[in-house]
Amino acid sequence: MDEPLLSLRGLTKAYPGVVANDDVSFDIGHGEIHALLGENGAGKSTLVKMIYGLVQPDAGEMALRGAPFAPAEPSAARRAGVAMVFQHFSLFDALPVAENVALGMETPPKTRDLARQIRDVSEEYGLPLDPYRTVGTLSAGERQRVEIVRCLLQEPQLLIMDEPTSVLTPQEVEILFATLRKLKSEGRSILYISHKLDEIRALCDTATILRLGKRVATCTPTETSARELAEMMVGSSFAAPEPRGTAPGEVALEVAGLSLSAPGAFGTPLRDVGFELSRGEVLGIGGVAGNGQDELLSALSGERLAPRGTIFLMGQDVSRRRPVARRDAGLLSAPEERLGHAAAPDMSLTENGVLTAARRERIVRRGFIDWARAKGFAEKVIERFDVRTPGPGTAARALSGGNLQKFVIGREILQRPEVLVVNQPTWGVDAAAAAAIRQALLDLAAEGAAILVISQDLDELMQISDRFAALNEGRLSPARPVAGLTMERIGLMMGGAHDMEVAHGTA
Amino acid sequence: MIALERRRQPSRVWTWAAPLAAVVLTMILGGAMFAALGVAPLEAIRTIFWDPLFNPQFASYSRPQLLVKAGPLILIAIGLSLGFRAGIWNIGAEGQYIMGAICGAGAGLAFYPASSVLIFPMMVLAGALGGWAWAMIPAILKTRFGTNEILVSLMLVYVAESILASVSSGLLRNPDGMGFPGSRNLREWGSAANNELIADTGMHWGVVAAFVAVILTYVLLTRHIQGFNIRLSGEAPRAARFSGVSPARVVIFCLGTAGALAGLAGFFEVSGPAGQISIDFNSGYGFTAIIVAFLGRLHPVGILLAGLLMALTYIGGELAQLMLGVPGASIQLFQGMLLFCLLGVDVFTNYRLRLSRGETA
Repeated sequence: MDEPLLSLRGLTKAYPGVVANDDVSFDIGHGEIHALLGENGAGKSTLVKMIYGLVQPDAGEMALRGAPFAPAEPSAARRAGVAMVFQHFSLFDALPVAENVALGMETPPKTRDLARQIRDVSEEYGLPLDPYRTVGTLSAGERQRVEIVRCLLQEPQLLIMDEPTSVLTPQEVEILFATLRKLKSEGRSILYISHKLDEIRALCDTATILRLGKRVATCTPTETSARELAEMMVGSSFAAPEPRGTAPGEVALEVAGLSLSAPGAFGTPLRDVGFELSRGEVLGIGGVAGNGQDELLSALSGERLAPRGTIFLMGQDVSRRRPVARRDAGLLSAPEERLGHAAAPDMSLTENGVLTAARRERIVRRGFIDWARAKGFAEKVIERFDVRTPGPGTAARALSGGNLQKFVIGREILQRPEVLVVNQPTWGVDAAAAAAIRQALLDLAAEGAAILVISQDLDELMQISDRFAALNEGRLSPARPVAGLTMERIGLMMGGAHDMEVAHGTA
Repeated sequence: MIALERRRQPSRVWTWAAPLAAVVLTMILGGAMFAALGVAPLEAIRTIFWDPLFNPQFASYSRPQLLVKAGPLILIAIGLSLGFRAGIWNIGAEGQYIMGAICGAGAGLAFYPASSVLIFPMMVLAGALGGWAWAMIPAILKTRFGTNEILVSLMLVYVAESILASVSSGLLRNPDGMGFPGSRNLREWGSAANNELIADTGMHWGVVAAFVAVILTYVLLTRHIQGFNIRLSGEAPRAARFSGVSPARVVIFCLGTAGALAGLAGFFEVSGPAGQISIDFNSGYGFTAIIVAFLGRLHPVGILLAGLLMALTYIGGELAQLMLGVPGASIQLFQGMLLFCLLGVDVFTNYRLRLSRGETA
């Protein structure tokens, strides 16, 4: 077992204008959980894409069990025993689990046999899953299980996981970790990509840290503090959010008895949602993805109008006002989906600034757009939030996810909202940028704005919120002060327990 | 293996090079087609593209025709381009064009033979309103009931053609026409005539309207928030909704504008070059304008150039039929090739070719 399972030597990959990976070398041993750490744009994705055969290296070589390994395409990598669970699921909502799994196979067995295999694998690894359930009805955690089971059916030697815990409840994370440890005990290896340093310290045997495409260090996470890991990633020390000490002021946003039907076949209806949000306060709303987060944001932003008398901004009923009018009144928002929802992919950052700041920043006067002003605003966002891009003329889709996120959040914060609603403000953003975004939100609250943060990252919510509430199937729990909340208590608020059992199927 | 790789940003060079490449490619393919028909390809291409403008024998007649044909094409295509940018597919400009012509001509003929400077402006207004109202049918059906505007607007073309046949042999028939179908000739009635503004240039009020539409649309799309919202709706509908754009309003605005401009084009045609409402007065401008809109990259200046080019192929095509005896269908085929090539070459705006060994994503 001295020979490593996978060894990377001098891997280099350059794209026009940027070297994504520069002479990266490290080994992954048999039965090892190996963490890959790095900021956005550090080259993690490119590296795993090379291992998975999606991208070919310009230089360097890989060896799998001592033999040269150069997969030309993912199917070659899979045949060699490398499987990957992507951050974004590629599942069809309208099909049952078994058919979704079959779609990823080159020669799928009969559905009944496949369902049995799925059941066997899911039981063996403690990942309860009903092969006949329609994927559209599954929680994010269950969807991830479908992806993992799909990989496990191929009996992989190396499983690559890209930020797997970002969509899970604490209980689900524990289940996943148990599964990964079991895989490890069978001698399989895992390459685990994550931003969450505590997780890496709890789970991983070895960690390789990338910065600007180069390998910075390979270390043992249990012997390294989270702070040291973070500093290696960033290359400098960064500030944790400052402790909060402001007293909340008058109520800025009040929601009462808000019920709204589901927007589509797989949406979630909002059921009697109610809360109060005061000036200077940060209210954190947690919950597993797909429990009404998007729907709540749409109802607050004005994309979907709410029934009269359900949403009050500074005492005024804004339930029937459209997004432009709500922005004029000081209610701003930033949706979760960056490309296509918060930003138009093919439009420049300048144009994407106009998207929400047209009136508050006086970019549009008498219907005409002042492009110089628009460009100035975009440049201000880019500079203030350290958005890494050649300039405001760049198309939104050319930015990495983290950088676009910084732009989207920065665009709203710089408009000095009275109330700001954000969904997943730091999703896919590196540690330093996430810290900067959280600090900016806290600064905004300190200036007297009321802030509603919807997030699936509990650590984040605990860190910045004054009070916490959870969404579960479109219902919002009563908000409780964060001080004194335990993880178990939060798990119960999120209704995580119902998710733990195998669903009642028809099999 | 040849693979297409998505560009990180749309190529600026190809945005402008694609139409030129498409024209060159069309000349090559069209030349091959003419060769197959037994006509010397270079001569055919020269007859279509060169002779109408510069051949001393034909140019004096053909040159004014260029603006006469290009005017309505540009006017209609400009309106269509707004909708196409917003992802609203109005295929029924031909119907809106016919209804504009009928309403404009009808409104004027109601006052025949009065003489007043107010009659012509009133007819212009009636023409625009007619086209606008015809486009409001798919617009309202779409916003109210979610119908498909492609089907509704297209079907309404055939309804409009039937109405045209009916009024030209009934309601608007020339009482002094000895029973022949067709209305009075508006060119012979000073108050309603849309004659050449400058002799031998082909310039009439419809061409002026087309140029004005190009300029106003350019300003709308580059400077005005309404134009920004139209582009946003087409490129990212969810982001548009988030921004606060009402999808219904965009549908109404785009279809309404396209209808009004097509109606104007129809009226200027019937009061000018065509002269009268007749059963087959429409000549497919409404459909050709779709090609013009795309050939011009949905950009006002591009549409101006594309309209002139397309007009040239019309005139040159007629010349080729006359001089070289090629069938009329081959000219339509040639115009179709132009759109086909453009759409094909268009891929390079967003993708680049890569030669690679069996790489898939």
